[in-house]
Amino acid sequence: MRKTSTSRLPSIMRRRFVKGLMALPAAILLSNMSLSVSAAEVNTTGLAVTDDTVTVGILHSLTGTMAISETGAQEAEKLAIKQINDMGGILGRQIEIIQEDGASDWPTFAEKSKKLLVKDKVAAVFGAWTSASRKAVLPVFEKENGLLYYPTFYEGLEQSKNVIYTGQEATQQILDGLNWVAKEKEAKTFYLIGSDYIWPRTSMKIARKHIENVLGGKVVGEEYKPLGNTQFGSVINKIRLKKPDVIYAAVVGGSNVAWFKQLKAAGITSKKQTLLTISVTEDEVLGIGGENLEGFYSIMKYFQSQDNENNKAFVKAFKEMWGEDSVIGDVTQAAYLGPWLWKAAVERAGSFDVDKVVAESEKGDIELTTAPEGYVKLHKNHHLWSKARVGQWKKDGQATVVYTSELIEPDPFPAGYQ
Amino acid sequence: MSFVYEKLMGGKKGLIGFIILAALILVIFPLFLDSFRLNLVGKYLTYAFAAVSLVLLWGYGGILSLGQGIFFGLGGYAMAMFLKLEASSPENTAIQSTPGIPDFMDWNQITELPWFWEPFTSFTFTVLAVLIIPAAFAYLIGAAMFKRRVGGVYFAIITQVIAVILTVLIVGQQGLTGGINGITDLRTLNGWDITSDSAKNIFYFVNCILLLAVILASRVILTSKFGRILLAVRDKEDRVRFSGYDVANFKIFVFCFAAMISAIGGAMFTLQVGFMSPSFVGIVPSIEMVIFAAVGGRMSLIGAVYGTLLINFGKTTFSESFPEMWLFLIGGLFIAVVMLFPNGLAGLWDDYGHHITHKLRFITKGVSKLIPQSMLRKVEDTRS
Repeated sequence: MRKTSTSRLPSIMRRRFVKGLMALPAAILLSNMSLSVSAAEVNTTGLAVTDDTVTVGILHSLTGTMAISETGAQEAEKLAIKQINDMGGILGRQIEIIQEDGASDWPTFAEKSKKLLVKDKVAAVFGAWTSASRKAVLPVFEKENGLLYYPTFYEGLEQSKNVIYTGQEATQQILDGLNWVAKEKEAKTFYLIGSDYIWPRTSMKIARKHIENVLGGKVVGEEYKPLGNTQFGSVINKIRLKKPDVIYAAVVGGSNVAWFKQLKAAGITSKKQTLLTISVTEDEVLGIGGENLEGFYSIMKYFQSQDNENNKAFVKAFKEMWGEDSVIGDVTQAAYLGPWLWKAAVERAGSFDVDKVVAESEKGDIELTTAPEGYVKLHKNHHLWSKARVGQWKKDGQATVVYTSELIEPDPFPAGYQ
Repeated sequence: MSFVYEKLMGGKKGLIGFIILAALILVIFPLFLDSFRLNLVGKYLTYAFAAVSLVLLWGYGGILSLGQGIFFGLGGYAMAMFLKLEASSPENTAIQSTPGIPDFMDWNQITELPWFWEPFTSFTFTVLAVLIIPAAFAYLIGAAMFKRRVGGVYFAIITQVIAVILTVLIVGQQGLTGGINGITDLRTLNGWDITSDSAKNIFYFVNCILLLAVILASRVILTSKFGRILLAVRDKEDRVRFSGYDVANFKIFVFCFAAMISAIGGAMFTLQVGFMSPSFVGIVPSIEMVIFAAVGGRMSLIGAVYGTLLINFGKTTFSESFPEMWLFLIGGLFIAVVMLFPNGLAGLWDDYGHHITHKLRFITKGVSKLIPQSMLRKVEDTRS
């Protein structure tokens, strides 16, 4: 549950590309050479690759409850693919997209992923959002030896040969945020609240261990509500009673609207209360309304307001393609990285073969200096090195970045937090 | 012979319908579909179990259950628990803090296998559980409702509520049930790789044969005295009661039987698709199952299968071709079927089927000259 983010690689990439061409006539030669490599050489496993095209799949929910969240991700993936095509494609081939609808339904995700791999023979799939949909497609990707770029921040505890995780695993998001709030707000007591499924529960488990064992703080309450729950009255009463220094929240999706409105109605606002959430991005704020969580904090790796050249270019391109009103959240940006990471690995492997692309990805030194979030590097454990950022929400639905961490190594199986 | 013919097949029209269905799913689909599409049809046909159960329950019994997903889910979960335990051997789960238990339990800090999972290490127990647990659960619901003469809309609402409760329970107890993710990553059945194409093909045929058997068994029930009483209960419950029948027991029986059928579908679903999730237990899938039966024609066991196939083919085809607007097309399909054929696809067959049977008789006559008299007599018998 997380989504939104943006970045704008394209124009930057284009600029660098042009510079490269001017500086090195050899590059032209090289790129011409890659054009002449026949499909048989770059594809020994029967993928949908011709002499001038390569087909990929996009698999997100276009319908159902998750559509609102997943739309940004698929838009970002399409933007990245368009930009790559404008630059000449991959190994001289234009990328063609087959899009399927996961329909917010996990069995449908499994069916469609199998269709993409078995019938369409796509070279890579960009998709899935919720942990449940990833768990549903995972056996399919492993069985058919496909390649999935998964964009969402998630609970970790997983590392598949066939998946590249472009979002944060739990520790990358949680630990630095807690350190920040403990130091900055001198927080000692925490109230944990989340939606009831694997991601919030695993995240809270890690948070609790960190609060108790590392920060020496105290968890004064831990509470889970069903997905889609809109009644937070009892939790809010308990929070009033316990008076925690920090409310630490992982409420997801539509529940957020009720959660923040009821907090405000109960008089719990940022004036008196620190609230840190790991599940609210620009996309959710659009639904919640900036005025309802003004002054509260989110920990993400990307915010639309981030001030750097990459991001400015990304936000501009995204808005040009998808409309001035679109907002970009954390996952949208992570989704945008997928095609670029795939391009880098394919070009280094000189092949679309999944095994070769994975082998290059596993070397642990594929970097994107043009990522909207800044610099990222692919770790050999299939996750990204990235920074954690704390953003403070403003009325207009944008966040001010108040803290940026160092680059954090991904650790999907954190020792001491299990 | 005539017993088998009349009871099992429901006369000539029934026989032809049954043979066409059997030929379609056992011969034509396997010959003309590749293994990916065939596996999809296999998945659709598991929903057909639930649709057939609704023909019995709703079409004939007048008991509208909006909770057949409960039983589909129970059957599916029972099978998934067995397969998950097999997939969670200590060797396969060595990286967990507690090896030997399902991965989602480990994520939820559960350190030993819960007691109710223990028996699912046995395949025999699992098969029995697939049949008996849903039937027993249906008995409890049925006894509580029908003995108190709760029926009609109230019963439909209560089945919905139970479906919601069960979903909430499964999602909420994720350490014990896998939560919203469901039970995933099922790979082998007694050491046999169920993800291979050959296994999928075998499951497809087992599924078809079970489905045909369920249709025949349902026919036997419907053509017996029990079936006639069931119809009578549907149309004038009080009269049946005043005639001295214990109406509740008839309803309970058909509800339990329908639950069992749905559960078989659920178990076959798990085997063919390789996972089970709470999204099959809730309100939406339960209502979809009613739609399958309605589109097929709620009085037709065979129609239910076609209804299921049509809707699901539509879903897959529309969503592959028009990922952004396929739901509208599915909606259009419902409206079209209900407006054009109020009695579902079976109504279409009733209206135009005699043209086909007429032609068939013509062919039979021609063929009859070529076959011995003794066999011919049987054909004549059956026609009478």
